[in-house]
Amino acid sequence: MSGINGALILGKPALGDITAAVSGIVERKPPRAWYVAFGISAALTLVLGAMLAHLVTTGVGVWGNNQPVGWAWDITNFVFWIGIGHAGTLISAILFLLRQRWRTSINRAAEAMTLFAVMCAGIFPLFHVGRPWRAYWLLPFPNADLAMWPNFRSPLLWDVFAVSTYATVSALFWYVGLIPDLATLRDRASTRIRQVVYGVLSLGWRGSARHWRHYEMAYLLLAGLSTPLVISVHSIVSFDFAVSVIPGWHTTIFPPYFVAGAIFSGFAMVVTLMILARRVYRLENLVTMKHLDNMCKVMLATGMIVGYAYAVEFFTAFFSGNPYERFVFVNRAVGPYAWAVWIMFTCNVIVPQVFWLKRARNCIPLMFVVSILINVGMWFERFVIIVTSLHRDYLPSSWGYFRPTPVDILTFAGSIGLFLTLFLLFVRFLPMIAMAEVKGVVAGGKTHGEAKA
Amino acid sequence: MKTGRQYWRSLEQLAGTPRFQEWLRREFPQGAPELAGQGSRRRMLRLMAASLGLAGLTACRRPVENILPSSRGSEAIVPGVPNWYATSMTVGGLSFGLLVESHDGRPTKIEGNPRHPSSLGATTAHAQAAVLSLYDPDRSTRVLRQGRAASWDGFEAFAAQHFAAARVGDGARIRFLSETACSPSLEAVRRHALTRFPGARWIEYEPLNQDQALAGSEIAYGAPHVVRFHFDKADMVVSLDHDFLGLDALSLGWIRQFSRRRTADSPREPMNRLYAVESRFSMTGAAADHRLRLRPSEVRRFGEDLARALGALEGPAPSPNRFLDALARDLKASRGRSLVLAGPRQPAEVHALAHLLNQALGNTGVTVTCSRAPRDDARLQIRSLQSLAAELAAGQVETLVVLGGNPAFTAPADMGFQGLMRKARYNVRLGLEEDETSAGAEWHLPEAHFLESWGDGRALDGTASIQQPLIEPLYGGRTVAEVVAVISGYKDRRAYDIVRNHWLAGWPVRDAEKNWRRALHDGVVSGSSFPEARPAADASRVAAALQSNPASPVAEGLEIAFTPGWATWDGRYANNGWLQEAPDPMTRLTWDNAALVSPATASRLGLATGDLVRLSRGRHEVAAPVLVQPGHADDCVSVPLGYGRAMCGRVGRNVGFNAFLLRTTDALWSAAGLELRRTGRTARLALTQNHHNMEGRPLILAATLEEYRKDPKFVAHSKPHLEPFSLHKEPSYDRGNQWGMAIDLSACVGCNACVLACQAENNIPIVGKQQVLRGRQMHWIRVDRYYQGSPEDPGAAVQPVTCQQCENAPCENVCPVAATTHSPEGLNDMAYNRCVGTRYCSNNCPYKVRRFNFLDFHKGLSEAGKMVFNPDVTVRMRGVMEKCTYCVQRIEEKKIKARREGRRAIGDGEIQTACQQACPAGAIVFGDINDPASRVAGLRNHNRGYGLLEELNTKPRTTYLARLRNPNPELA
Amino acid sequence: MAPIFTESADRLLRVVIAALLLLAAGAAGLASWIFHPRQTEVGYTPVQPVPYSHKLHAGDLGMDCRYCHTSVETAAMAAVPSTETCMNCHQRVRSESLALAPVRESYATGKPIPWVRVHRLPDFVFFNHSAHLAAGVSCVSCHGRADQMIEVKAVEPLNMAWCLDCHRNPAARIRPREYVTRLGWRPDRDPLELGRGLVAANNIAPPVNCSGCHR
Repeated sequence: MSGINGALILGKPALGDITAAVSGIVERKPPRAWYVAFGISAALTLVLGAMLAHLVTTGVGVWGNNQPVGWAWDITNFVFWIGIGHAGTLISAILFLLRQRWRTSINRAAEAMTLFAVMCAGIFPLFHVGRPWRAYWLLPFPNADLAMWPNFRSPLLWDVFAVSTYATVSALFWYVGLIPDLATLRDRASTRIRQVVYGVLSLGWRGSARHWRHYEMAYLLLAGLSTPLVISVHSIVSFDFAVSVIPGWHTTIFPPYFVAGAIFSGFAMVVTLMILARRVYRLENLVTMKHLDNMCKVMLATGMIVGYAYAVEFFTAFFSGNPYERFVFVNRAVGPYAWAVWIMFTCNVIVPQVFWLKRARNCIPLMFVVSILINVGMWFERFVIIVTSLHRDYLPSSWGYFRPTPVDILTFAGSIGLFLTLFLLFVRFLPMIAMAEVKGVVAGGKTHGEAKA
Repeated sequence: MKTGRQYWRSLEQLAGTPRFQEWLRREFPQGAPELAGQGSRRRMLRLMAASLGLAGLTACRRPVENILPSSRGSEAIVPGVPNWYATSMTVGGLSFGLLVESHDGRPTKIEGNPRHPSSLGATTAHAQAAVLSLYDPDRSTRVLRQGRAASWDGFEAFAAQHFAAARVGDGARIRFLSETACSPSLEAVRRHALTRFPGARWIEYEPLNQDQALAGSEIAYGAPHVVRFHFDKADMVVSLDHDFLGLDALSLGWIRQFSRRRTADSPREPMNRLYAVESRFSMTGAAADHRLRLRPSEVRRFGEDLARALGALEGPAPSPNRFLDALARDLKASRGRSLVLAGPRQPAEVHALAHLLNQALGNTGVTVTCSRAPRDDARLQIRSLQSLAAELAAGQVETLVVLGGNPAFTAPADMGFQGLMRKARYNVRLGLEEDETSAGAEWHLPEAHFLESWGDGRALDGTASIQQPLIEPLYGGRTVAEVVAVISGYKDRRAYDIVRNHWLAGWPVRDAEKNWRRALHDGVVSGSSFPEARPAADASRVAAALQSNPASPVAEGLEIAFTPGWATWDGRYANNGWLQEAPDPMTRLTWDNAALVSPATASRLGLATGDLVRLSRGRHEVAAPVLVQPGHADDCVSVPLGYGRAMCGRVGRNVGFNAFLLRTTDALWSAAGLELRRTGRTARLALTQNHHNMEGRPLILAATLEEYRKDPKFVAHSKPHLEPFSLHKEPSYDRGNQWGMAIDLSACVGCNACVLACQAENNIPIVGKQQVLRGRQMHWIRVDRYYQGSPEDPGAAVQPVTCQQCENAPCENVCPVAATTHSPEGLNDMAYNRCVGTRYCSNNCPYKVRRFNFLDFHKGLSEAGKMVFNPDVTVRMRGVMEKCTYCVQRIEEKKIKARREGRRAIGDGEIQTACQQACPAGAIVFGDINDPASRVAGLRNHNRGYGLLEELNTKPRTTYLARLRNPNPELA
Repeated sequence: MAPIFTESADRLLRVVIAALLLLAAGAAGLASWIFHPRQTEVGYTPVQPVPYSHKLHAGDLGMDCRYCHTSVETAAMAAVPSTETCMNCHQRVRSESLALAPVRESYATGKPIPWVRVHRLPDFVFFNHSAHLAAGVSCVSCHGRADQMIEVKAVEPLNMAWCLDCHRNPAARIRPREYVTRLGWRPDRDPLELGRGLVAANNIAPPVNCSGCHR
């Protein structure tokens, strides 16, 4: 590991320096930028609350959904956020099992992000239903009153299981990883409150060999447990569409296509956030160009997969000879929503190609812009899949057009606000870099598992 | 139309106008959503309440409910069991027999009376919607004197002294103005009033009347005659601007008979052929085998040419014309089996020509018969109205009694009738609404709705039927007869006595009572139809009439044509939300009327659908949105009347534009010299269908009679041939009743009666224009309309689509809470109370027949408004999905009845769905497909039968019968 | 620096976590028990405007249910009788009774007696008495021994699961039609096998699909 992009840690810090650098963030008063950001995102979160209240009191009609477009921004946002949530588990679990040492500096933040994204995602399926106060009927609980079970054939029900499992496991994973660092904070804590709070949160971690052994084991198991989830969650989300009869939805390539897309967007979001974080908190030595470079490569790769999926979709439609299928894709390309399709295609397929260039992978501003564009593009991908397929299906007599209302827009903006609020609180009160793990990467150190190896 | 033919999506797209392209691309076209609705303070409170609402949702114990049995029992009324009564509804001087369902004293549903010649068990859309008008809280509810609250007693006191002989003498300064009356009992009261006031005059005025027909028959036969058509005997039908399958139908028998002749059960069966000559693309035009687009003014010349071509009229043979010659040959070939009709908007001369043609073709007495008009003194209503106007202007009228109608709104614009009425010292007005006519009336009296009052009326063929009330007048209204009785001191005062005594008097005392009861029960007075007359049309008199009143030369520039408003008729239904929301069968326009122009004319004038223009004739002008109507005659603008009511209930106020403002005495139906100016502004038109072609998809299968004869299995051959297979074992539905429906696309004329019937039967809410614009209309059954061929002169085909009750229903397996599941009888059940509203089912429905309650569409219903609900059907709440259930409430009712009677078998036709029962064409058949003897089973296996999108292996229970057309080979 | 946590802190923490989980589960269970119709509906005995005793009329005097509930065999509703029905007898019988004052008043004024509903179904449930009687389901199956009740009291939860029990295996509650209103009737042989016989004979197939009751 040599050269700027080679090193995972720069400046040969002593272990103590790392602790100081990371814990410092939590202990010192946050920079002005934090307050500004928090103010804005908190306000947006309030907007979200108001919009949801309005929705529940007035009805789904406050959104633009209609006949035939029964799902629009609501499910688009759901899939979008779930997708964002993918990078976290991938980095934590798969890269961990693959012994990718470069994960250590970014996995904590990525996992937190995952968690918050899943929370945002959860909002939409819950509130998109006509009677949210009855949404609990989707849960398979024994009820002697009705003797009714949910319909286990419905992909929406599979979603309930997939998403809740995913949320639980990633929360556990994230928290287990936090424990040693929480203990560090506890030990460094200057005030009583901090001592107590971090003390309770660190569940009495004393860093004994026994603790470390259990910890390693638990971490390994959770990693193993969540690896299949990375695949399953978005595959199942894609079933919502793949299982239907609607041309444009009824497609077998959705699972891999969705998973790739999810990782794609997830990494884009990690890049966006880490670039800001390392800048604001001066973490250039811990989150190095090497990390960013790797992530760019991942985005390039997954971006290509997504592009390939688009191509295959078109080809299948043409090759199937099914007039309805064919129409949908022609309609996507030149129909009322062509603008959305071309935004999607540009952002997701063309833009990432710059990462073939090493220079591009070194240019942080460019990286930042691209990562944002990819997120935009991925949002539009879901919009295109959902809305363009629905608005013109089998009977031309019932074709329609979807227009979002201000409530649609504010609800989505609000969910971004919620996401950022949670993330900002996270960086304010919890170590955003896994100190214990990073220490393993510094020269001579060992990371998880290798301890035993 | 075979799948192969050329279809185009929508005019604008075909034209590829930049405006349309832009509309397609634009993300947020004009029109912000209704978020910025009413008081933001109230919304704020709601939002705050929301958080609480979200918290406390656990079901608490329901409040104490009381059961209130009536003090005195009645064996006639069993709680929860509906009773049926025969009654009749009168529109434009013709009555239709009805059967009305009454739930615990509330009339809730209207059906046609099978015994009545003009309804034959079917109903019009307007009749179906009448129950809603009955409970309309905006109806007139109080007696007003000079706009201040008064009482009936007050009016009776006033009448007693005002109409006293001492004061009014022979009543020379009294004028009565009523709608066209066909009520025998009212006639008696009228005669009494006119003997009581010999100097008085009684004027009848109806904005949409049959005057031209009467006048035409007077020309042809020397005396006014009422004409009856017998489509069942006609192989060749020629309509001269007569929408006899649409708004001009004076008897539903016409549609029934016509459709019977369109539905060939086997290739050998003969089929009629329809030539339609018209300006506006009507439903008749859609059903026609050949359609000629002519401006209203050109129709007369066409008629004359046809008459000459057939030798019915002397004169030079017309210059050769492909359409005319083919038609003439066809008519010659089918002497005595053809029928020529002239439309009510055509001048008397054209009607005379039609009589002449029918006689020349030997149709008179066969396909067309006559009877003397009830009253010979009937003059052109417009003439009498003019003289009244003159008298009013000259101040010769002291007392004007306006009985029903809304002349201030419907009288010709140049008359300024509203102002003239004020010239009468006293004007007394009886009306259903406090409307334009009530304004400035000395007395406004609330009129009783026909469902809440006694009366009678005559059908086209004279058959009389008693109008029996279903409920006490909700708002203390009275009938025309009652008011005239008060004014003229008639012997009976209560409508019941007036009607009953009138009829009893006409019967031998011995069986009077029996006849009366029978008439009430049957809904028709037996043997009351007019005797048939066999007059001879006099060619010379017709020729003379044509001479004396030569056709005006076809003028340059635009021509205007007035048509009845689809939803509003002449404005009387403006406040009926069901009708306002039911799309116009051809334009698919709701909550509006629009100026219809042909694509060519539109492009010539640079117009597009939605453009706001100023229409003007002389000093009369009005602003109207344009709607480009394929197949409309060029250089002609059709404007539907009855919209744009300024003084109206909350529903209909200022909906659309008021075309009466352009209608003048000299131009009642059509006129040249229309000015059209663009305003540069646009209006949003709430269309329920924005794409008008089938994209070459096998949705409406169709063939000509020859093609059918050549290949009786053309349906099987024209559909993609696939063997659908399933990965899992599919449930078999071969035991017990298996419900199914068959819809014959050859019979359906797209009249929308089914849509309204369904709405009334199933408590379907009204959503309003804004929601329709968002695409949230709730109709469980819709009638799709597709165009084919060139946009200038396309054909049109209609297809009623409702839940197909798929055996492999895509909606069922995606519902996460199992709210929609399959019944063992093959119904696609929908449990509203289980639905959480994910809308997944609707997304996954290939037919898009599921409807979602996006908002609380029943909000703010008045108590009266709630009375219209059918108690056998759940009123769905906000946030749940709903859809057609084949009227499962009717199925269950009949099943339980059968069980009670100890039988399991349910007879074929015993269960009728609401849409089927209302259908005038008899196009919808429902029954048990598991019973090989049932009609529906037969039609299902008919060689014209097919399932919509069956290639998806949804196994729909509703099947269609391919459309047959019978074009003239010469013109093909 | 003094230690913040004592030795037992770890154990305490575990206990607390476990306790919280148990509490949540317990609360859920308790709620579902409390709000079950067996608690909310069964036993509901409102005070009626007239102290009418089914025990006296249907039990001791042995009047048939159908004397008052006239439409039960022919209509969806069993129909609470009109005041007239009461007066048929009470014009003579106990015509002075104070308890009957509301009845006489209703008869005189024509104002209905505000009876309080005991057996309540949600308005999206379309129950039909005639169908059940035709099949041979006795009043007692849903209303209990009304002929032994001085005040009418709800004895069954009338929730969907309860309805489905019978709709899924009707045999247990089917009897010959002529005995449906004989609440105390006991068959001479095994009721279940009798029921089976009747179900087969009249091929009784109660609906278990949604539209059977929800329309």
